[in-house]
Amino acid sequence: MKQRRKERIDRGTKARSDDIFALTSYREMLYVAVPPVLPVIALLVMPLILPPYWQKVLLQTTIFALLAISWDFLVSVGMVSLGQALFFGMGAYVAGCLDHYAGLPIWLTIPLATVFGGALCTVLLLPVLRLRGVYFSMVTLVLPLMLERIIEATGMLGGTEGLTGIKPFGNSWVEMYVVIIVLLIALFGFRRLVTTDYGLVLKAIKDNDRSVMSAGINIYWMKAQALFISGSVGSFCGAYITHVYMFVGMPDFALDYSILPLASAVVGGMGTFAGSVMGAFILVPLSEALRNVGGLRIVLYAMSLVVFIVLLPEGIFHYIQRKYQQFERWVEVEG
Amino acid sequence: MNEATNKTNEVILSVQEVSKSFGGVRAVVGVSFDLRRGELLGIIGPNGSGKTTLVNLITGFVKPDSGSVKYEGQDITGWMPYRIARLGIARTFQMIRPFAELPAFKNLIIPLFSPRVKTLSGGKYGDLDSVAKDLLEEVGFERESSVTYKAAGSLPHGYLKRLELAKCLALRADLIILDELFSGLSIAELASIVPIIEKLMVEGKTVIMIEHRLRELFRIANRVVVLNYGHAIADGKPSEVMERDDVKQAYLGTE
Ligand SMILES: Nc1ncnc2c1ncn2[C@@H]1O[C@H](COP(=O)(O)OP(=O)(O)OP(=O)(O)O)[C@@H](O)[C@H]1O
Ligand SMILES: [Mg+2]
Repeated sequence: MKQRRKERIDRGTKARSDDIFALTSYREMLYVAVPPVLPVIALLVMPLILPPYWQKVLLQTTIFALLAISWDFLVSVGMVSLGQALFFGMGAYVAGCLDHYAGLPIWLTIPLATVFGGALCTVLLLPVLRLRGVYFSMVTLVLPLMLERIIEATGMLGGTEGLTGIKPFGNSWVEMYVVIIVLLIALFGFRRLVTTDYGLVLKAIKDNDRSVMSAGINIYWMKAQALFISGSVGSFCGAYITHVYMFVGMPDFALDYSILPLASAVVGGMGTFAGSVMGAFILVPLSEALRNVGGLRIVLYAMSLVVFIVLLPEGIFHYIQRKYQQFERWVEVEG
Repeated sequence: MNEATNKTNEVILSVQEVSKSFGGVRAVVGVSFDLRRGELLGIIGPNGSGKTTLVNLITGFVKPDSGSVKYEGQDITGWMPYRIARLGIARTFQMIRPFAELPAFKNLIIPLFSPRVKTLSGGKYGDLDSVAKDLLEEVGFERESSVTYKAAGSLPHGYLKRLELAKCLALRADLIILDELFSGLSIAELASIVPIIEKLMVEGKTVIMIEHRLRELFRIANRVVVLNYGHAIADGKPSEVMERDDVKQAYLGTE
């Protein structure tokens, strides 16, 4: 008897080997080049064709994609943060203060806030670097909320009013493309970083920190460096948004900045950075589109989150990657 | 090699009266021994007698309640594990957990990345991948065979143990502590691992082996320390130690 069976075949090119693969034809070259190149082109073209409202959404999305990348990176080192808002708010306030109190120009406030924001976050979290798992997460969750309350209670740095009148970018093209370029650099930079020897060691800490220590590596120093890198990316986002909205205030420590990046990375697929970006590009516009729905917005949003996670627990990126590298066909087999 | 021979007989590790309790359990009680360069010391004892705890005390994973550990004359009591490792003390773990997702040879990147290796090789790392593959060959991975590139999580038991040995080699350790390296290995696998340890000895390394497989251990160890309920109850040549009544009792479990 003949039966039909679905056969799954891995494509030959690049099959399973990240190191060595020979490209033998234009078709294969296209096959390898299209996945990274196409989204990059799309990202660069989008601002030119989107209407102004959706340009703002694109800007938001890009920021959340960056935050998601910074979250994903920390996770790959074994630190599950529930407080990207800490990084975001820190950068926002450093940039805001440098502008408001010191009158520095925008091309100084953003880089300075990126570095010092990252450094401040690292110093704040230094005492809890030894905490593992959920204990570390708890502290990261609480810290931004605490800073928010301190600002409210003491009234410092503008208190509940925040600081207004921060200098804007002045040119909306510059504003848009700065963050897109930074996202592309971060995306490909992090993807590269985790394959270097340094990146391998960072990831090994998550796998087995005792084994890494017995190799003579100071895991706390390595974790601090990872925190600084992630914190800097988050701080850049905060500093950037401060100048876009010309305002810094308590909302910069809001829970949104902690949860949405996490959701993006999980929905998109953890450990790839591209997944984080993909997740953000689905969730943030979705959340905007649901604005018209009114009261049920959060419910619908939460439901779509659940649907994504239940249907594709591995993450969208991993799913697409797998499908791209395989193709299926029906074959006749003797039954 | 010459340097190593000159230094033989020098005490490399000195453990003095170390004790450690966990709650009410006295895991290690006042254990002392000196280890000379080039020695192969076996540490044996029944389950739960404190062998692994003693290793943890030497390598800094557990801080002693009292007593001291000196390495090459330097007091290292209470140091962080990574600082101790940098002095050249490498260890394996009883529960082997490799960096499972990484290919076997990439597992060695971690010790090769340590500041110790960087210093020893004159301040630069170079191409660690090829160094890693050489090291795997030294512990019996066939050159350019597929196991070298396999995810460490899927390696057969015997290869995992060799990978752990290779990590110690990668660190260029002088003192290597192996916690039950032989456990779970077939006779054939053992036959391929023992020569690697013998080669270490020829190279002038100092080795401590925690073992339950006494017969195999006694073929290569020149000295054993016996632990029982955290106490070191005997210290000497394997043949002599095993003749003692208290050691026999500890092993037979008779009172
Ligand atoms: N981290 C810990 N917390 C609490 N108790 C511990 C801890 N580590 C070891 N112990 C206890 O200390 C005692 C000695 O344990 P240890 O692991 O050192 O024994 P061992 O000689 O290595 O045994 P085995 O041959 O089974 O490996 C045991 O009673 C054990 O339960
Ligand atoms: Mg043990």
